[in-house]
Amino acid sequence: MDSALIPKGVKRCPMWQFLLGLGIMGAVLAWGVYAMLLCWFKGLNQTNMNDYYGFALWIWADLAVIAVGGGAFFSGLLKYIIGKDELKHIINYAVLIGFICYSSALLILAIDIGQPLRGWFIFWHANVHSMLTEVAFCLSCYFAVLTIEYIPLILENRQLDKVPFFHNLSHNMHETMAIFAATGAFLSFFHQGSLGGVAGVLFGRPFAFREGLLIWPWTFFLFTWSAAAYGPSFTLLITWITEKVTRKKLVKDNVVDLLAKISGWMIFTYIIVKMADTSRWAFITAPGLGQTLADFYTGNDFYGYWILFAEIILGGVVPAVILISPPLRRKPAWRVTAFILGVMGVSLNRWVMVLQVMAVPIMPFDNWALYIPSWQEVATTILPVAYGVILIMISYRYLPIFPQEVELNPIQDESPAAVEAETESTPDLQPAKA
Amino acid sequence: MFPFSFEWTWETTRMVFMGGLWYALGILGAGMTYCILKAAIDASKGTQGNSHH
Amino acid sequence: MKNEHNDNPPVMKFGMAIDLDKCTGCGACMVACMSENNIPFKEDESDKLVSITWMRIFKLSNGKSFPDTDICYLPRPCQHCEGHGGHSPCVSVCPATATDYSRETGIVSQIVTRCFGCRYCMGACPYHARYFNWWDPVWPDGMEKYLSPNVSPRMRGVVEKCSFCFHRYQLAKNKAYLDGERRVPEEAYQTACTQACPAGAIVFGDLNNPEHQVHQIVKPDPKHGGRSQNPRAFRLLERLGTNTKVYYLSSREWVRRSGDNYLEHEKTGQASQPHH
Repeated sequence: MDSALIPKGVKRCPMWQFLLGLGIMGAVLAWGVYAMLLCWFKGLNQTNMNDYYGFALWIWADLAVIAVGGGAFFSGLLKYIIGKDELKHIINYAVLIGFICYSSALLILAIDIGQPLRGWFIFWHANVHSMLTEVAFCLSCYFAVLTIEYIPLILENRQLDKVPFFHNLSHNMHETMAIFAATGAFLSFFHQGSLGGVAGVLFGRPFAFREGLLIWPWTFFLFTWSAAAYGPSFTLLITWITEKVTRKKLVKDNVVDLLAKISGWMIFTYIIVKMADTSRWAFITAPGLGQTLADFYTGNDFYGYWILFAEIILGGVVPAVILISPPLRRKPAWRVTAFILGVMGVSLNRWVMVLQVMAVPIMPFDNWALYIPSWQEVATTILPVAYGVILIMISYRYLPIFPQEVELNPIQDESPAAVEAETESTPDLQPAKA
Repeated sequence: MFPFSFEWTWETTRMVFMGGLWYALGILGAGMTYCILKAAIDASKGTQGNSHH
Repeated sequence: MKNEHNDNPPVMKFGMAIDLDKCTGCGACMVACMSENNIPFKEDESDKLVSITWMRIFKLSNGKSFPDTDICYLPRPCQHCEGHGGHSPCVSVCPATATDYSRETGIVSQIVTRCFGCRYCMGACPYHARYFNWWDPVWPDGMEKYLSPNVSPRMRGVVEKCSFCFHRYQLAKNKAYLDGERRVPEEAYQTACTQACPAGAIVFGDLNNPEHQVHQIVKPDPKHGGRSQNPRAFRLLERLGTNTKVYYLSSREWVRRSGDNYLEHEKTGQASQPHH
């Protein structure tokens, strides 16, 4: 039915299966869109946010997707600037995942602000001293970079590529990609950093506040570093999930191994610095303001010392050790465990730097404030996940996302059992030149 | 924000920040303009870029 | 105003001294504030996490059991932090310049028509003095006729907070100009809460003006970031470096200690090293 659109030399599931998948994810998406419209038309009273929790689930989701979406800029930096050429086999997917993460982040921000129609004020009346201004500017610009990186991939669709203008445009964009990637890395450094700065500059909140270098608190550098470290792990985790769902090997082991190793060393170095930062904050910064760790981790029903352990040891040290050790890294079960722990660790870090910051009382006579999100918040947070799955499904079906797929899955070698669900493929398929 | 916005002041931080922003936007804009124009010219000449894989 | 430019108007720092030993917790200040500033309310105001109270009274306890138990009421308006050179926690973070620190009056303003509701300022304020309009204001039938014409009601989706009744300052300033006076007289500009307090616990005025009662009570020390030289006085969370303009007074040591965080061995009033 749509075989003319499917890349040459690869097989895709039958149309009904594809549409069924789209339908299921579409239903989840519709649920999220309904909640989103409720928030836009009825206001943020649809959420369980309150005056103690001005930042809540969405801002965490925003920070988390941007952190794990960091795989796009860091892979781009490694491939185009540092010259790790093997990564060209996974860069398309890293870009797609980054594109999904960043478009989701922008959508979440558009739902999160109280007056969405005034959103442009952040650009027009910009206070250049605010970390959030830096976030908004660099985030929007970097999203433009990701769009620029995603466009040539779309243009490589078999039918679009036949149009000479599109073919040439895609070619030219590939040729100049290093410049775009460098700009993207520059913008990413600042917006990832300024997201860390958002919490770090809050000198009214000792739980979040950090000293730093010039105008940048230490969290600025920690956020950039952690996004570069954990982002590739997320890219590899999603790649692994995609391989399981499609029941195909899509990226060669040496590519996965290289990116996993880099991610591992980045996490390893990050977590050492994170421990140093935590120690300085726990033993110097906070006591200097009359507070101790016990003020931050006791006296409530949820936030305990376990969260420090889960973030730093379970989500930092453990994945770092697994990924920097060649024998462990090469075992898929260990490797994937490390990816999952890593993604959990960086997400937990963002949770702590947003939600726990809001929860901890500051005035001695104030109380802990815990909050449970409303269904509208949950639905709008799941919305980007459904949107992401749909975009991956469509992109995987119609675009040559994985350059090694044809080589790794030669059609003539497949047994009848493996292709029984793949009857839609055209008989005249030729393996593309890899 | 532009220098003709009423809140604009010629202070260093503002110039560095907005300078960085316009520099990045300039690169993206110029890069895309180059790619699109070159593609249009090549397409009209009938030349095809090589495959990039 | 040309005259003012030529005359170099005096730099003012409006602030408050609230005597906690006088405060009975009656709530008149809260009511006066709501009425003066057209603060919206809902049918059910029991959830204080979503109700707007520019002036809010906290109840403090010494935590001891009878007969040693003691309580204290602490009214908390916006503290109008100066931070270090106008770098107050909320002003520095607002991405759209919707809140500003006035170097003329020391008042932290909130431009509600500029605010787009990102709520970063609420996260930055350690006093929870900033409130979000989760709903559009709905006034009981006929009540809109009683709203103050000097303060715009706010719409859903923006942040608001105590302005030290800034509209009263504007009116007083205009009157002073017409009367040919260079300064706004002390009695011409008073906040609604100050005037409503039956116990006279709140004193408001210019902290920079030695003739004003608030200056005489507080005796701010400009060499030490505005710290009070009155042994009864303290500021909320002074150690954070917020450099607020609301001073509290109490003769009770436990009350003064409740105003800030201290390690067990530290003395009340212990200062911190400035960090920014």
